Amino acid sequence: MASKPPVLIITGYGVNCEAESKVAWEMAGADAQLIHLHDLLAEPARLRSFKALMFIGGFSFGDHMGSGHVLALRIRHRLRDELQPFIEAGNLILGVCNGFQVMVKLGLLPGLDHDYFNQKIALMQNDGGTFQNFWVNLRFEAASPCVFTRGLDRMPLPIRHGEGKIFTTDRDLLDTLERTHCVACRYVDGKTGLPTMRFPDNPNGSLNAIAGLCDPTGRIFGLMPHPEAYLFPENHPQWQTQRLHGKLPQNGLGLQIFQNATKYLRG
Amino acid sequence: MAYRIEIGLKRGILDARGRGAAARAASALRLPLKSIQTRTIYQLDARLSRAQLEAVCEAFTDPVIEIAAIGRLRPPPFDWLIEVGFKPGVTDNVGRTARFALQDVLARPLAEDEAVYTAIQYFVRGVGLTRAQIEHLAQDLLANLLIQTIRIFSPDEWKNEPTDESVPAIHEQAEPTVKTYDLGGADEDLLRISREHILSLSLDEMRAIRDYFKRPAVRTARQALGLPEQPTDVEVECVAQTWSEHCSHKVFSAKINYVDEQGHAEAITSLFKTYIKASTEKIAKSLDWLVSVFTDNAGIIRFNERLNLVYKVETHNSPSALDPYGGAMTGIVGVNRDPMGTGMGANLLCNVWGYCLGSPFYAGNLPAGLMHPRRIRDGVHQGVIEGGNQSGIPWTRGWEIFDDRYIGKPLVFCGTVGYLPVKLQGRPSERKEVKPGDVMLMLGGRIGKDGIHGATFSSEELRVESPVQAVQIGDPITQRKMYEFLMEARDLGLYRAITDNGAGGLSCSAGEMGRMSGGADLDLGLAPLKYQGLQPWEIFLSEAQERMTLAVAPEQVQALLDLARRRDVEATVLGTFTDSGVLVVRYKERVVGRLDMDFLYDGCPVMTLEARWTPPQVPAPLPLRAGKCDSVLTELLADLNLCSKEFKSRQYDGEVKGLSVVKPYAGVYSDMPSDATIMRVEYDHPEGIILAEGINPFYSDLDTYAMMASVIDEGVRRVISAGGRLGQIAGLDNFCWPDPVESEKTPDGRYKLAQLVRANKALYDVTTALGVPCISGKDSVKNDSTRGGRKISIPPTVLFSTIARMDDVHKAVTMDMKVAGDLIYVIGLTRRELGASAFFRWLAQRQNTPTHVGGAVPSLDIPQALQLYRAMNKATDQGLLRSAHTPTRGGLAVAFALSAMGGDVGIEVELGKVPAESGLTDDELLFAESNSRFVITITSEHVRALEALFQGLPCACVGRVTKDKILRVKGLRAQTLITAKTASLRKAFKGTLYGI
Repeated sequence: MASKPPVLIITGYGVNCEAESKVAWEMAGADAQLIHLHDLLAEPARLRSFKALMFIGGFSFGDHMGSGHVLALRIRHRLRDELQPFIEAGNLILGVCNGFQVMVKLGLLPGLDHDYFNQKIALMQNDGGTFQNFWVNLRFEAASPCVFTRGLDRMPLPIRHGEGKIFTTDRDLLDTLERTHCVACRYVDGKTGLPTMRFPDNPNGSLNAIAGLCDPTGRIFGLMPHPEAYLFPENHPQWQTQRLHGKLPQNGLGLQIFQNATKYLRG
Repeated sequence: MAYRIEIGLKRGILDARGRGAAARAASALRLPLKSIQTRTIYQLDARLSRAQLEAVCEAFTDPVIEIAAIGRLRPPPFDWLIEVGFKPGVTDNVGRTARFALQDVLARPLAEDEAVYTAIQYFVRGVGLTRAQIEHLAQDLLANLLIQTIRIFSPDEWKNEPTDESVPAIHEQAEPTVKTYDLGGADEDLLRISREHILSLSLDEMRAIRDYFKRPAVRTARQALGLPEQPTDVEVECVAQTWSEHCSHKVFSAKINYVDEQGHAEAITSLFKTYIKASTEKIAKSLDWLVSVFTDNAGIIRFNERLNLVYKVETHNSPSALDPYGGAMTGIVGVNRDPMGTGMGANLLCNVWGYCLGSPFYAGNLPAGLMHPRRIRDGVHQGVIEGGNQSGIPWTRGWEIFDDRYIGKPLVFCGTVGYLPVKLQGRPSERKEVKPGDVMLMLGGRIGKDGIHGATFSSEELRVESPVQAVQIGDPITQRKMYEFLMEARDLGLYRAITDNGAGGLSCSAGEMGRMSGGADLDLGLAPLKYQGLQPWEIFLSEAQERMTLAVAPEQVQALLDLARRRDVEATVLGTFTDSGVLVVRYKERVVGRLDMDFLYDGCPVMTLEARWTPPQVPAPLPLRAGKCDSVLTELLADLNLCSKEFKSRQYDGEVKGLSVVKPYAGVYSDMPSDATIMRVEYDHPEGIILAEGINPFYSDLDTYAMMASVIDEGVRRVISAGGRLGQIAGLDNFCWPDPVESEKTPDGRYKLAQLVRANKALYDVTTALGVPCISGKDSVKNDSTRGGRKISIPPTVLFSTIARMDDVHKAVTMDMKVAGDLIYVIGLTRRELGASAFFRWLAQRQNTPTHVGGAVPSLDIPQALQLYRAMNKATDQGLLRSAHTPTRGGLAVAFALSAMGGDVGIEVELGKVPAESGLTDDELLFAESNSRFVITITSEHVRALEALFQGLPCACVGRVTKDKILRVKGLRAQTLITAKTASLRKAFKGTLYGI
């Protein structure tokens, strides 16, 4: 394995976190390349030269017809034949916010029973009915096979979405997700550290306080909060107070997710 | 043949859109609703087989939470159904996306005449709701009849109504024609033509146009091109756009005879040149970072050896009055195109917004035709939220001011900061060049009737018959695609010059760029249209959004078009730039207009206006009965103008790009407004920018000179408190005025113009003294409404936005008091300055004499301000400050409260220690709004260092930070003035607009 694993970030059509996502992978030691979806679809085989793929945040197609819906439709119709072998080859896929929505609508997540192209669960409108931007506290689940979150415990990150509520009416599906530890992270109460359904600690009413999901292999991971928006210690809203108390971290904590992925890719 | 697909949520799944609509109906309209459930309708005007239609229906639906049907879906139980669709020709962004998705499902490109339209159904439940109530709900909450259609059904009517498969397509068959205007008549005829065609031209201007077309040389030249003797509509409309107040700033360039209160007369040749430009030119001599000011779409300043910064703030008032959502969205997406069209095109960094509105709780009589301020506010926020968020640009500053004089015309300020590499392809990036022979290319959205006469219309007061087509709706995604494409094309060096299509559309952009080469020749028949039936002059003037105009070297046209195709951006060659000195306009090759560039840009007659300053006599409120001030402070914090605006602000994305350092909300709970915000510009460098602003239209009621001085001081002081330095701060001036031209409609024009003169004088005096150059600005001088027979004029309003470079963002200082035991200092002198203060306005309101706010308006002691700011610079450099905050509206009392709430700490303060003029009372010390002051905290270790820096200046320790979360203020007689729990203050501060 090359020392800098190649990572593909898909851009275009309204997604907009390409700059910070590229920096995140680079700070973590990977080699990130931005490719416009149009150019990738013109030569889908380009995907084969990458070890990881990232669906970034933003507003693909303005979130019209549901967040991520139209981008997922396009990928299902035009990239599926390359994505399937990409997954089977053991590569990584990360989705943040709009990227997570795309992955859920495609079916990449939760990807139970190797079914990666049929939507099984919903990411629907926040209970509050509006887009929201503030910081939340996450707890990463130690039992999850997710390779991106290994060794992580708690982390503050910003959320910025209008449709982030994990939802299904199928209790069995929810139980399966829990049993297979596909729930990689949850929104927790800032004081108790326990999963919560209460706004604003749980910003959207997500079932079981789910903030992020992985597939059973742990190599495909998506979450609503934005780790790439916390690469620098000064991104934290209370960084000055943290500094006063000697608690300012060296790097923004969101970087750890990209470092974990890069470490995994290096073997 | 159109097909209808209805999509709704499955039973039992929370419909947040419906719930939100029901909640607003209950609180804003007081309608007794039980619930609203919504569904989305897609009308597909496309050639589809049954199998394809079924595939589309499935593909459009979320299988987990939605159900769908071709034709009709079984309705949920309802008492009334409201169906809201778009009028023909109105931008339907969801429809456009659905059309895109349709192509993926069908695996074929759609033909030109195939389209998708959307509508929303609201199934309303509620006992005893009448049709009239439902119409009220539809018209005053759910839809805007200017752009949307409403259909209302009872359950029976719905059952008997055949399924609607019509689409709001435009099938206009109007033959394109070019009309001529007969300018040979009397003066009354000229004025009638100006009025009937919404040209907004004065008699002098109409005469100048008439005389131009009479010139022998013009007649000969036009004849040679086959043009008729009388000017064409294309020509007259083009001149009217270019000469509109909106585009050519006639009031700011007028000759003004100004007479002051002592009767001294003064002739001013141009406010802009005399005060604004002259100030910047004077300051420029001592600065090395001004790169380009007042010449381009936005000002450009140096950031570091790699990057320049670009900043522009615009207003979008008139469109926002007609359609708050669409108007405001166009405001933010439109101002993004200013940096994008500055120099060779800037990358976009962050947005700012601010609104002056009527109270959302307004309960008075609303003139017919005006929307309720709450509805305007909701729409304006939603438009800027969606426009900014979908564009992927974080907001950094946001504010709201409320006054019922804004119910006639809301002020919607939107701004954007961008950055440009200092050099591109080895050349300075601020330099544009258009060579004769370069190709004129239009980029982005298609042209429709939207926005026609936007420029002339915004130069008018708002009347009942204000044109419907002046409304535009933004399409952030089309623009985002264009933006990304432009950045690629810029870095590849594929074009030579760029500008945006804003007011006046192509007629302005083609002309403006044509000035760089000396002429242009374009064919309107080549322009891509949204629908047929547009007249050539409409194509020329349309303000359809998301468009830029480029000048491209002929050899690069193909490469540019290829890249545009790959990025799904429409690009069309429209003509060439020339050096003929003439703008030639064709329609399908036939010449339909010819104008000399000199006449178009320099032919507008200069106005001569009268201004007379008479200081207004305004009584003061009665003094407050002596006693404790807890409740005054609580009520001030809850005041609409001082309270938290966080609820709406949280719906804006402030974190995208991950560059933020000091966010708009600070403190332990991130819920106190920051004095200024700070962000990095590059990920790998510690340099940053500080943004802030000053605004205080209330002072204008007493004196616009003091108002202007105070808002500049506020904008500067906020930057200083956050760690910015004098000498690094640039300003942007946005003037919004009521009509200041004396006329029958405006008998007090002389006074209003004198107010404008005085504000400009202050701008010159203060910016030159503080060394803060204005790098860009904008004026809007017709902010009046005469609907319902009532004239409502805004108070003179200036937004002074500030931007400053910071060497190291780690030196940022925030407003929250952080550690119990720290010492609190007040820096700067408190004076008896309460005229039009928040306290006086609160008092006057309580005493039922709301205009009795008279008194001294805060003055500005410039020499002392300079000393204080320099000392503050040293203090932040040395890292002495743990918090710094600028007292503004509400004075020290509010400042103490906000900083303490920020840190969730208490304070003990003695007013007797506050540096002040002699003889002030407790109330005056607490609530005076004197300029150039700070409230800071330091650790006791730094007392000596701090006091040394401020030796000889007003600076005193007034108390300390405590652990117990109680605000304790002692009065001059050591009596307890305030003892308030921060928790209850916080509740008051955050309660007023929570959920609204």
